[in-house]
Amino acid sequence: MEILIIFLKIVLALVWFLTLTLYLTWLERKESAVIQDRIGANRANIGRFRMIGLFQPFADAIKMIFKEDFVPPFANKFLHTLAPFLSFFFVAVTIAAVPFGDRLLIAGKSINLQILDLHAGLLFILAMLSLGIYGIILSGWASRNRFALLGSVRGAAQLVSYEVALGLSLVGLIMVFPSLRLQSIVAFQGQNVFGWIPKWGILLQPLGFIVFFFSALAETKRVPFDLPEGESEIIGFFAEYGGLKWGLFMMTDFMEIIIVSSLATTLFFGGWQVPWLAADGFHWPWGGAWLLPHGVVVLLQLLAFNVKIIFFCWLQILIRWTYPRFRYDQVMDLGWKVLIPLSLLNIVGTGLVMEFLK
Amino acid sequence: MIKALGYFWEIIRGGLITCRHFCLNMVFHLLRAVGIKTERRGAVTIQYPEERKEIASRHRSLHRLLKREDGRPRCVSCLLCATVCPSECIEVEAAEDPDPEIQKFPARFVIDLSRCCFCGFCVEACPEDAIRMDTGRIELAGYRRQDLIYDLEKLLR
Repeated sequence: MEILIIFLKIVLALVWFLTLTLYLTWLERKESAVIQDRIGANRANIGRFRMIGLFQPFADAIKMIFKEDFVPPFANKFLHTLAPFLSFFFVAVTIAAVPFGDRLLIAGKSINLQILDLHAGLLFILAMLSLGIYGIILSGWASRNRFALLGSVRGAAQLVSYEVALGLSLVGLIMVFPSLRLQSIVAFQGQNVFGWIPKWGILLQPLGFIVFFFSALAETKRVPFDLPEGESEIIGFFAEYGGLKWGLFMMTDFMEIIIVSSLATTLFFGGWQVPWLAADGFHWPWGGAWLLPHGVVVLLQLLAFNVKIIFFCWLQILIRWTYPRFRYDQVMDLGWKVLIPLSLLNIVGTGLVMEFLK
Repeated sequence: MIKALGYFWEIIRGGLITCRHFCLNMVFHLLRAVGIKTERRGAVTIQYPEERKEIASRHRSLHRLLKREDGRPRCVSCLLCATVCPSECIEVEAAEDPDPEIQKFPARFVIDLSRCCFCGFCVEACPEDAIRMDTGRIELAGYRRQDLIYDLEKLLR
């Protein structure tokens, strides 16, 4: 029974995030179109139904599946094939630690709406996201193409400059919520300040959030920080890839957006917490309560989590369609000279304030 | 570090501009979706095959040869169009016309549209106003090169 529940959780979480990933490509197309006063892809259809382009991700998938699975003759065939899978695996495995909701009580059983309640869940996600760089380095190296190799080396250099800041920006947060368990971090954010402001991470760690968000943007390797890929002019690490393997790299990118969004949501925006919603219903700050059944509360929590994720995906796409790419040295500067000092400052400040308030 | 932070405001301003575009356009898209017609649209797109923009009167589209009252081509095979054509896509072969007023008529008049650059010089060069580019036909793609060679029969249509 336990195994069945775990299996069901894995399948549901994976399917849901893959669906989100698919439709993130649709969101990216449509949002960029609306930003640029266009309409965006709306031609993919089944019969007469176009559904504002909602079939487009499937059309893309079918196209990629039926393309030739090409491996250049000079490449290392095994590693060339392994790289995209490795890259995708490390992103997909982080879903295990994402807390979708609180405990669901059903038929006398209490199910944690998180696949694995790791005590170091935060470290697990960060570690797996960092390991994703192996796919990129491997793809550049196994392609035996200088441009691809240069792309992956740029990726590695970028990783070195943002990963430190990403880790350090969260130290202040861990000091405030003395836990690395994502569920207890979220549970802590259910409290209120002055009885009515939700005590979300952004309120306690505004500077930490800014540093985290910049580093997380670099983590997704999209436009303001797309050194490894450089889709507009320089050649990226997947120059020698095509078809479904290239599609896997793209999926990795899009899933990274979702993972980063869910991480930002979980750590700084209360995860599945809805303001003033406790386990038995809403407790309004102006007094009174609106009691809700358990199922509705869990549904509201799931909905809140997904709405927050989608908002952050929207924000990241907005950023991707607004800014030009940072130059190589500018990313290094931003990482080493701005984000790391700011995160160190954040740690010292957090420590001082905590000592002062004790 | 101070310099890098100095960009910060401009970065936010750029984000606000795209955000404004997004929000405004979404409002107009949503208004249209619920059936309220507004003067301004959310997108400037013209959805081409279904919706067409009106072609301007001076637009240079597919050529046509004009006819006299009796149905013969107005062309007198002076070869001015073939001479002026920068892409050398017009080929005219003259034949003698029984009417001494006309003297010559085109036995063969071929425009190779795969070479034509639609500059309209042939129209301007023609002394008889025999060739014009006002058919309004702009979808000229063909599956074979042969389909793009327009002869007298096709041009007189």
